Amino acid sequence: MKTVTYMQAFNEAVDEEMARDKSVFALGEDVGKFWGNALGEYKGLYAKYGAERLRQTPISETAIVGAAIGAAATGMRPIAVVMFSDFLGVPMDEILNQLTKMRYMFGGILKIPMVITSYSGAGFQAAAQHSKNMEGLFMTIPGLKIVSPATPYDVKGLMKSAIRDDNPVLFLLRSVLLAGGFKGEIPEEEYTIPLGKGDIKKEGKDVTVVAIGTMVHRALACAQKLENEGISVEVIDPRTIVPLDKDMIIESVKKTNKLIIMDEEPKTGSVAAEIAAIVAEEAFDYLDAPVKRVCAPDTPVPFSPVLEKFWMPDEENLEKAIKEII
Amino acid sequence: MEKAKLLMMYELMDRIRMFEERVRKEFAAGNIGGFIHLYSGEEATAVGVCSALRKDDYITSTHRGHGHVIAKGGKTDKMMAELYGKITGYNKGKGGSMHIADVELGILGANGIVGAGITIANGAALSAQMRGTDQVCACFFSDGASNTTRFHEGINLASIWKLPVVFVIENNGYAESTPVTYSTNIKNLAERACAYGIPGVTVDGNDVLAVYEAAKEAVERARKKEGPTLLECKTYRYHGHFEGDTQEYKTKEEVDEWMKKDPIPRFAKKLIDDKVVNESELKAIDKRIEQEIENAVKFAVESPYPELSETFTDVWA
Repeated sequence: MKTVTYMQAFNEAVDEEMARDKSVFALGEDVGKFWGNALGEYKGLYAKYGAERLRQTPISETAIVGAAIGAAATGMRPIAVVMFSDFLGVPMDEILNQLTKMRYMFGGILKIPMVITSYSGAGFQAAAQHSKNMEGLFMTIPGLKIVSPATPYDVKGLMKSAIRDDNPVLFLLRSVLLAGGFKGEIPEEEYTIPLGKGDIKKEGKDVTVVAIGTMVHRALACAQKLENEGISVEVIDPRTIVPLDKDMIIESVKKTNKLIIMDEEPKTGSVAAEIAAIVAEEAFDYLDAPVKRVCAPDTPVPFSPVLEKFWMPDEENLEKAIKEII
Repeated sequence: MEKAKLLMMYELMDRIRMFEERVRKEFAAGNIGGFIHLYSGEEATAVGVCSALRKDDYITSTHRGHGHVIAKGGKTDKMMAELYGKITGYNKGKGGSMHIADVELGILGANGIVGAGITIANGAALSAQMRGTDQVCACFFSDGASNTTRFHEGINLASIWKLPVVFVIENNGYAESTPVTYSTNIKNLAERACAYGIPGVTVDGNDVLAVYEAAKEAVERARKKEGPTLLECKTYRYHGHFEGDTQEYKTKEEVDEWMKKDPIPRFAKKLIDDKVVNESELKAIDKRIEQEIENAVKFAVESPYPELSETFTDVWA
């Protein structure tokens, strides 16, 4: 094993896949010679693969995603780089009406193997247009896989699988983990992680906490604290939102009989809402308490450090929710 | 130009017109559902452009796409079956009129979103460029699409990467009910090419040979890796935006004027005047296509609908 940052793990995944498969290339704003995208996760790849495969574009999100779709439909495996996930509103038609519908509308005669990478999440004062998590919105679009990795190990293994997948994948990197130099261990040798397989980040028996992205680390910190108070928390990281490993969540609920979902999104229409509905529908008889959602309020992300901190779900919010149903 | 090629152009235009007029009838009779956008009147544009392409070249199409599909070699029986929502259609009846695609023929899909083909065409052209082939993509879109975001983002990107795309504006005078004289402040939409430093050409879109010559030059330019061209074809939509459109926005004088310029009799007259063919040869083609369309309807009517299980297939690869 070796210790790498979240960013290095991502960079290694793209590097290995570009070396392995000539049809893999990235296109986006600032991905080329100087920046390697705004936070630098593609840095160094230009020197290795050149301007042809690290294609810097004008500020044209619509043209970036559209070109990736056309290239993917005709034999390439593009990575469309859309800087912040809030910007996905710009090429929304490409995602909503082209990328995810073409295969179906055309009766399965083509496939669109491409990845969109994008920064996601609050926590570094980027304000309302550079901070929002989008999983809840995008999971309502059939035909789009969604990956939300929380650790260097997951980033690398999942990104390699995302590139190899024959379907469109939205890969949501956590801004705070990238920019904050978050570290973790990964194997020296090559590995992949299948899309659709969750991970029990910590085993427990009293309550199940499903946490996504940055929230995984907050849930783990809270679980550690409560362990000392004699409350055993199981932390599940679904890792991919679509496909969702609902079997893992339901199995855990059968064991703990209590469920909390911690999701850094406004509560309405969030991934947390969908998971709560699934468990209510398929595992109601195993629940001993109401399902709780620890989410952000239904507002845009505020800028002021005090407000942003208050806006993001944290360990205290989770602890309070756990103690309400324990 | 050799006779066979000229006759093929005539045949393709004939096929489009007869297909469209039959679809119109079947729609009015309630045999076809959904939205139908007919290409009648614009045949010379699709046929002129596609006659300058190879089979392995790509096209992206529009909601008014039947003409492009036929011009690129689409089969009318599979098209008609698709319009009828039958399993034997091009796309198992899951796409319908606005979403016919055939990758074997390089047809990357008709598209219900105005302008959406522009950026996708770039991607196909980029793919050809990166794979080291000399394939070209012809991207059909309307005067309406030329006012959308994609027109700017897409053509700009194609221009800086010298992508092998021919951007074909089918200026049929109207974006739905809005006249192009209202929606833009310029006379020829091809003038916009100067903003991207690429050639912009305006041609009579009802003259199949004029379109062909202009498209040929643009295709050769693209194949030689000299980049995209903006080709505006001025033409006219005989029917409404969709079937059911009462078209109050058109005047009788305007319609009469354009009817005089109908691309099919005009090309027929030229072929006869130039002594390429005699009238009976053309009549024989008409008769053959008429029978083909009759057979296409029969095929569509007699084909089965998809099984309900088809609802769940083709979401994932």
